[in-house]
Amino acid sequence: MLIRIKYFGQIAEVTQKEEESLEFSGVLISELLEHIYSKYNTLKNKDFQIAQNQELVSLETELSGKEIALLPPFSGG
Amino acid sequence: MTDKKIKNVFRQGAISSEFIGDSIAKHQTKTSIGAHNIFLGQVRADVIDNKTVSAIEYTAYEDMANAKFHEIREAAFEKFELTCMHIYHSLGTVKAGEICLFVFVSSPRRKVVFEALEFIVETIKADVPVFGKEIFEDESHQWKVNN
Repeated sequence: MLIRIKYFGQIAEVTQKEEESLEFSGVLISELLEHIYSKYNTLKNKDFQIAQNQELVSLETELSGKEIALLPPFSGG
Repeated sequence: MTDKKIKNVFRQGAISSEFIGDSIAKHQTKTSIGAHNIFLGQVRADVIDNKTVSAIEYTAYEDMANAKFHEIREAAFEKFELTCMHIYHSLGTVKAGEICLFVFVSSPRRKVVFEALEFIVETIKADVPVFGKEIFEDESHQWKVNN
């Protein structure tokens, strides 16, 4: 399926882009993350949460969504 | 007076004192209100390793953030007897000393607004995907983290 991946804050600094689309056939969020790590090795040192269709998910969650976001620690307000 | 439509909480740049003053004035027609409480988040000129923060540049996962603000709003109306509430958060550059978050709650009675405001501000800090980049005077930067 075609997945849109969004990057924010210090994560976007590593990827050098705010979003990209990629064709991915894995089942779990963790598989997608491995794929992302293979493109951006230094992301392994970064702290972030993952949202799928705007809801936070765990690594064991099944990929269902069209939109994945990598969210560094929140710092609003 | 909760409404189901998701509002856009974000404003470009700092939130001006005129805007805040106007918001207060607009509530003078709502005479069931007996107490307002206001939280203003101001950008602090922290000194880190001898460098001073001159501004914070805010970005957000805007769709998710607005949905979260909406959830917080619904939860606050559920939990507290509020007449109305308003939240505004900055995007883009906000200089040290300027306002980046404005939360405004109103109720017939005062005790409610103290509790409600704390709940709302703490939940915003913990749950809303907003990211602050602290810009130093020499134009280097670091990423802010909420405690």
